[in-house]
Amino acid sequence: MGQYSVFDIVGPVMIGPSSSHTAGAARLGYMAKKIVGNGIQEVYFYLHGSFAKTYNGHGTDKALLAGVMGYLPDDERIRDAFSLAKKQGLLYHFMEADLGDVHPNTVKMKIIMDTGEEWEITGSSIGAGKIKIIKINTMEVDFAGEYTTLITYHIDRPGIIATLTAILAKYKINIAFMKLFREKKGSKAILILETDEHIEKEAVKEILQNKDIEIAKVIEPI
Amino acid sequence: MEFKTGAELLDFCEKQGCAIYQAIVLQEKTMYEKKDVEIYEQMKINLKVMRDSVKNVLEGKEVSRGQIIGGEAKKLRKRYKTEIPVCGMTMAKAISYALATMETNATMGKIVAAPTAGSCGILPAILLSIENTHQISEQLLLNGLLTAGAIGTIIAKNATLSGAEGGCQAEVGSASAMGAAAIIEMMGGTPKQALDGAAIALKNLMGLICDPIAGLVEAPCSKRNAIGTANALISAEMALAGIESVIPFDEVVDAMFQVGRMMPCTLRETAEGGVAATPTGKQIKQQIFQKHL
Repeated sequence: MGQYSVFDIVGPVMIGPSSSHTAGAARLGYMAKKIVGNGIQEVYFYLHGSFAKTYNGHGTDKALLAGVMGYLPDDERIRDAFSLAKKQGLLYHFMEADLGDVHPNTVKMKIIMDTGEEWEITGSSIGAGKIKIIKINTMEVDFAGEYTTLITYHIDRPGIIATLTAILAKYKINIAFMKLFREKKGSKAILILETDEHIEKEAVKEILQNKDIEIAKVIEPI
Repeated sequence: MEFKTGAELLDFCEKQGCAIYQAIVLQEKTMYEKKDVEIYEQMKINLKVMRDSVKNVLEGKEVSRGQIIGGEAKKLRKRYKTEIPVCGMTMAKAISYALATMETNATMGKIVAAPTAGSCGILPAILLSIENTHQISEQLLLNGLLTAGAIGTIIAKNATLSGAEGGCQAEVGSASAMGAAAIIEMMGGTPKQALDGAAIALKNLMGLICDPIAGLVEAPCSKRNAIGTANALISAEMALAGIESVIPFDEVVDAMFQVGRMMPCTLRETAEGGVAATPTGKQIKQQIFQKHL
């Protein structure tokens, strides 16, 4: 038996028509943008399962694209996502794909930045507008973006996590969930850390002083 | 403090001598560390979105066009403005409002999922129609929404609100039960009457399948929101008259969940059964997706 607020029931405010195919899709695009940051030049959306079959009927395509432009699921600009993307010079492509044994509402977003840097973010819309990100580049991950989320890319070495958590403790930030993913021992790793409190810029700066931590990003809860 | 069942909620209300909305505000405050004013302000935003989702369609210059539905709400309005509606003015207005919100949803407009996007027409419809005919204040409308929310949380905890899990009875049925309780609160009924009204509404739509044509939240969803609205009104009318539900609310919720579990997958949002699987339903699907490919 889960915990429900009245606002989970009467709400959320969203752009229709479907919480999983429209609101969840916008949230997935939005999360991808938060992960990669500013300067997105081109996006390839690979749509799997039910997303592939019915995306144009539910406006899944517009919602994903709007999300990548930074619009939230209740933003009325979702309806005009195509023309807004064209105006911004953002290139986009939609194609059907088989992404394997994943949730029926899954999308892989291949994002090309203006620096030439490439990202691949995969996520699923798991119902009632809720999402989870399941893959970042080659790394399998699992987080929903419901808390303040800190993502770091670092070298898998002893002591990194201790350094990180010590900094968070200093700023009185409580860790709600922590997941660590790596390709293999001693190679690149991703840490996904969800916290109860907001993470200040100063804390991130301090984290980045460690030379083994390549990237540290904070994603505010949606 | 958390109300897990209708019985717990009713017991608290009767012991404290309070209304359902007061009990749920208390739960919200303790569970999420919110203040009264924050809760009411957030609900006000929902009410405003609901108002606009009705108004923009009924008063907009253009006729709304979804993939399948569009323009129905305005047709109803034209009729109740020029003829004497066979189901009475409150009902005629209410069902036009329900269709209007569903048209907003179908055309990628802004709505409040209540409890879902597929059942978003019912709460705006009952609130705004009786506001009009019974001079209900904004404060009372907000109390109505909170009462509806309370009923919805209990259904969510003990059954499901998702069409994919429980069929349309879980979406439109639940919205209708929430709506019935909201009306009873706004009309000055007791917490017991609100739970009876919700139980009656949920029973009346028990077994309703989810069979969206082409998988879209349009048909038969839109008209199902009209029946959910009408059902909320008639269930509330009965409960306000002192008619009780033979089966208590919690048992009805449980029965609805069991019925949902017994429903084959083809009748739970997959668009493979019911009217979605009729020759016309299939033809509409083909036309819509051919247009895009």
